Amino acid sequence: MWLSYILIGSVRALLGATPRWVGAQPAQTQRIYFANHTSHIDTVALWSALPPELRAKTRPVAAADYWGASALKRYIALKGLNAVLIDRHRTDPNADPLQPLYGVLERGDSIIIFPEGSRQDQLLPGPFKSGLYHLAERFPQVELIPVYLENLHRSMPKGTFIPIPLICTVRFGASLRRLDHEDKSAFLERARNAVIGLAQ
Amino acid sequence: MNPEHKLYWLIGGVVALLIVASLIGRVLRLRVKDESGAAVVDNLIARVRAWWSMVAIFAAAFLLGKNATIAMFALVSFFALREFLTLTPTRIGDRRALSAAFFAMIPIQYLLIATNWYGLFTIFIPVYGFLLLPSVSALTQDTENFLERTAKIQWGVMIAIYCISHLPALLLLDIPGYSGQNPLLMFYLILVVQMSDVLQYVFGKLFGKTKIAPVVSPSKTVEGFVGGAASATLIGAAMWWITPFTPLQSAGMALIIVLMGFLGGLVLSAVKRSLGAKDWGAMIKGHGGVMDRMDSVSFAAPIFFHATRYFFT
Repeated sequence: MWLSYILIGSVRALLGATPRWVGAQPAQTQRIYFANHTSHIDTVALWSALPPELRAKTRPVAAADYWGASALKRYIALKGLNAVLIDRHRTDPNADPLQPLYGVLERGDSIIIFPEGSRQDQLLPGPFKSGLYHLAERFPQVELIPVYLENLHRSMPKGTFIPIPLICTVRFGASLRRLDHEDKSAFLERARNAVIGLAQ
Repeated sequence: MNPEHKLYWLIGGVVALLIVASLIGRVLRLRVKDESGAAVVDNLIARVRAWWSMVAIFAAAFLLGKNATIAMFALVSFFALREFLTLTPTRIGDRRALSAAFFAMIPIQYLLIATNWYGLFTIFIPVYGFLLLPSVSALTQDTENFLERTAKIQWGVMIAIYCISHLPALLLLDIPGYSGQNPLLMFYLILVVQMSDVLQYVFGKLFGKTKIAPVVSPSKTVEGFVGGAASATLIGAAMWWITPFTPLQSAGMALIIVLMGFLGGLVLSAVKRSLGAKDWGAMIKGHGGVMDRMDSVSFAAPIFFHATRYFFT
């Protein structure tokens, strides 16, 4: 899709978005990439750091209230990034907000999620929301890969609209091991620490 | 020989040099057995490979003409400044100054060259940039480390934009009896600086014992410097036929280039270390970042520009 190439090309020209495979190697295995979230460019940066053959089978998860808000954003998210939109504010209390992701994962595709839920104005990620835990429970065969996006909070922090050209690195860590009988909060804390560990 | 023919011959010469370097890399790879030696040879091969791409990009820009060359150096400045500022701690209050540096100062500086506006080209960054960049930052009222932040941004802008832009600015010089040949002068400068870097590296690896400044740059040795500087000066002298200089003048100019290039490497290495990094970036495999390749050029270009302008126009 031409829009994908424009998005990837401009992010590379401005920010580099160089991948560093620290703990994991690029592979065709089904994965959930989870990363810290500081800017609107995070999704494109992580997505363009993946090799093209993996990118084709990896779908970023985006908030419906932001990316679905206007026809243009919707077009960019759905056509340019092949994103899956989720309702993070639970407008319908009876619906499972993760429902759209189940279908994607059942089909064998990988996903990119930002478990903090919204962008943070800081170097290290804040507490994770429980979505990652539920996905990990439901799809135990899928690898969980922590990712740290470096410098994006400097390039385009919350509240700004023009990215400053700084080299941003995307660090992929070792997949998170499964532990038996681990409760939700311990799991989420361990996942968050895996991302923090990549920040050095 | 007209200037265009000279350029073809020069590019052909560089390609021949690269072929020789690639062959040497292959032979060494087969002969070296121990591990640390193999690492050095692998790096050498990566460096030569990167040289192929750099030469291809430069040759394409040269052959496409003046505007393409200027645009290419604008991109070099962009990548160099990006590396410099990535390593420099900045705050949210610097955003406007940083946007101005990237999106206004780079295009303006290179447009001034493209439009032959010499008077403004020389003072745009040292005067207007110097005064306006901190003004933009001061308006955000963030006073924490204000002087340090401002000074670092100024430094990046001076090195990455102002100094590097003196390379394509050689196209502006109106040298009697040399009209239409200025691209050759640019080629001459780049050739002498880079040959000096390469030969200092080679002499250093072969004979290097006495370190010049081990804290700043552990790889610089007296033997490497003397051998590399002397041979690069001789190469410069031997290339007098593409310059407006006599052979002796050409040797003098090459010596200026070599000395300034050495200082550039030394100073920027000190800057890099004070920012806590070993390489400026990772854009050029085997070399590090764009700034690792442009450090000596950024010091040599402005001085060579002014020496040529002062003595030959």
